Amino acid sequence: MKSFNIIDKIKINIKTYTLIIALLIIWLLFAFLTDWIFFSPRNLSNLFRQMTIVSFLSIGMTLVIITGNIDLSVGSLTGLISAMAAYLQAYTLAPLISGLFPNISIVALGILSTIITIIVCLLAGLLIGIYQGYIIAYLRVPAFIVTLGGMLVFRGGVLGITQGRTVVPVENSLRWIAQGYLPKNLGMLVAVIAVIVIFLMSLQNRKKKIQYGFELKPLAYDLLTASVYSALVFGSILIVNDYRGIQNPVIIMIVIAIMITYLSNNTRFGRYVYALGGNIEATKLSGINVQSIIFKVFILMGLLCGVAGIVLTGYVAAGTIGGGMNYELSAIAGCVIGGVSLMGGKGTIIGALIGALIMASPRME
Amino acid sequence: MKDEFILRIENITKDFPGIRALSDVSFKIKKGDIHGLCGENGAGKSTLVKILAGVYPYNTYEGKIYFNDEELKFTHFSIQQAIKKGIAVVYQELALVPQMTVGENIFLGREPEEKGAISWNRLYSDTKDILKRYKLNIPIFAKLSTLSVGKQQMVEIAKAVSQEVKVLILDEPTSALTEAEINSLMEILKHLKDNGVTCIYISHKLEEFFRITDNITVLRDGQVVNTVKTTDTSVEKVITMMVGREMKERFPAGNRKPGEKILEVKGLSVDDPSAQGKTKIKDVSFDLKKGEILGIAGLMGSGRSELVTAIFGEYGKQITGEIFLEGKAVKIRSARDAVNYGISLVPEDRKKMGLVLMQAVYENISLPNIGKFSNALRIDKYRELKACQKYADDLTIKTPSLFTITESLSGGNQQKVVIAKWLMSSPKILILDDPTRGIDVGTKYEIYKLINKLAENGIAIIMISSELEEVLGMSDRIMIMHEGKCTRILDRKDATQEKIMAFASGINNYSEV
Repeated sequence: MKSFNIIDKIKINIKTYTLIIALLIIWLLFAFLTDWIFFSPRNLSNLFRQMTIVSFLSIGMTLVIITGNIDLSVGSLTGLISAMAAYLQAYTLAPLISGLFPNISIVALGILSTIITIIVCLLAGLLIGIYQGYIIAYLRVPAFIVTLGGMLVFRGGVLGITQGRTVVPVENSLRWIAQGYLPKNLGMLVAVIAVIVIFLMSLQNRKKKIQYGFELKPLAYDLLTASVYSALVFGSILIVNDYRGIQNPVIIMIVIAIMITYLSNNTRFGRYVYALGGNIEATKLSGINVQSIIFKVFILMGLLCGVAGIVLTGYVAAGTIGGGMNYELSAIAGCVIGGVSLMGGKGTIIGALIGALIMASPRME
Repeated sequence: MKDEFILRIENITKDFPGIRALSDVSFKIKKGDIHGLCGENGAGKSTLVKILAGVYPYNTYEGKIYFNDEELKFTHFSIQQAIKKGIAVVYQELALVPQMTVGENIFLGREPEEKGAISWNRLYSDTKDILKRYKLNIPIFAKLSTLSVGKQQMVEIAKAVSQEVKVLILDEPTSALTEAEINSLMEILKHLKDNGVTCIYISHKLEEFFRITDNITVLRDGQVVNTVKTTDTSVEKVITMMVGREMKERFPAGNRKPGEKILEVKGLSVDDPSAQGKTKIKDVSFDLKKGEILGIAGLMGSGRSELVTAIFGEYGKQITGEIFLEGKAVKIRSARDAVNYGISLVPEDRKKMGLVLMQAVYENISLPNIGKFSNALRIDKYRELKACQKYADDLTIKTPSLFTITESLSGGNQQKVVIAKWLMSSPKILILDDPTRGIDVGTKYEIYKLINKLAENGIAIIMISSELEEVLGMSDRIMIMHEGKCTRILDRKDATQEKIMAFASGINNYSEV
């Protein structure tokens, strides 16, 4: 009976880690084919940066798919917001700001322009999320139809804004958001703080378990797990520091991923998202306002498209016609590869991120 | 001599990870018999059926099965092999395609072909023949979804018998049927028996065994307790064998003292949006007191489920009439409103409407109650688990842990999870829609005790039931519905099965003898 359990456990664990194993195999294959250049700090560093834009979309898409819906418009919306950001910076904001403050320095003007751009872009994403979410949740039009329409309309919007040309230039401060690096010392500081938080949380959990009288795992086990996570954090930062440091967009991605993971695991909203994806009828009969949950999920998706659009503009340093083209497919593929069930009810943010990483890996040059 | 047994099951043992489902099971089934198979949930009935049907292929279990003296060894395509041999199963959850017609369903997977195309004429004429042969009165072109559950069940049986079946296994065929439908099912089974078909009949309704079976095999905890001749035994003896202890009464005695009026419904009507001028519920009035159990009896389609879902806000603004809660008029427009007023509903179909099957037990229990353990920013997961554990213990939910996926629990335990979820929300009114459907005797008894305890604690309870005995055994008053109308409300002491049946079938001038 005992040995039986151990085999069982290994089976379960293999299931959980299939994704990571698949990722490692893909990486090893590429590394082998590229004379191990694939594992160079520069390449890994770029890989992480490349995955960020689609990752923002995958994170939002995870929640959308868990509710049993889909959003096909995210690629076009990212492109639209990216074009908007570039247009604001290239044509609108600079003359406007210097008209209002004639004596402003060029650097200050740039930063002010970027801040306004960010706010406007996030607002645009939010509003479009509200608009699509309202139609889907309250008017009960299938998400596939609404967002398919959105996909076509927003793509048209990109053409309208760019007039078929590439919109340049954008401010350096906007480029810094997507292309800059965190100073190496600061990176180490972040790593140290992260490790402290990991250990504190682990201890906090033990305290809670004791308080409510739940079974405890041996202290050594918990400490070991925490140490493994810490080593992973440190290792990653050491690798990227070996090149130029952590990229800013990667930090944004990690922060958002942590926030949304928390949201999905530790809040009522998150619990309802999973429940309604699993069985909407039972959730409704439990007295939960399912429409408002779906509405909020789409608002969040719109907001994340805003973030992706801003980072995209900074990354290519321009607004282009093809911006965000087919990103919806990559985002959805990332989710599905990462174990998010298209039937709804199942999936995790971290899974979707690993899926996005797998999707990004073959695209490295 | 041996030939008289069509199936001999010898020393079957089947293990699942961490659990032994069947242990050394042996019994024989006579040719042409209707053989009853009973046992509590989790006794191993379904596992045994799946082995016979080839769902679990040969070598995944130990032991031998002889079919007409030939050992069965289903290895590849084991389910098709079993069907070819003539062993067919009518499962509890119907395995039919709702969007297809009766004929298409019966011939699904073996459509008659002519020159590579389906011959629809032959398909439908064959269907007609089959239905005629077994005296089944079902329109052959009807879409399955338009038929009642009972009719669908008959289609499933027709599908099975049309494949030259020798052994027909029925896994709880009557759990969703009305009294009339059960009667016609019994007729069909007798007819099959006359045609030489052997049946294995599984049910939780023990009375049925005594109506049709020849022999009964009782399983408990994966082992055969005994195989007996139906004429030599009684309901009480079978129950004793099933639960392993003597059960003195089917319904626990309650000590209830109904208090003041908590709910009053006046002239409630619900229009049927699909048909102009028709109503689902017509002018229903009743009241409910604290600590009282009001039973609702009625045939399927009598509007009993519609009535409680209407009170629970399912129909939004389509309802007319007044609902008073503790003397105040209230408007309940959604399930959310109902929950906020302290009304809870344990729905009829626990899998579809009561549970998120893919989620863990604790997530289901706390779903309507998360507000208790959380603020806007976070859920206190440990406090939540602690509370769920308490309810799981109180209701004796048998589950490996709170993190077990609800789908893997047995029916009775799933139902307990639904009840736990609503108890945690401390309701004033608890509505139970057929709470013991598909649940074994032992667990039923526990649920009855629980319901009694809740009523004693002052919760007002409305309980719908398909089983007349249950309504009679549990209720203080019984409301009887027919075609969307409340035909009568009887006190427990005035009620008899005959009276209830009469009022439920719309006979209003039943002579009170």
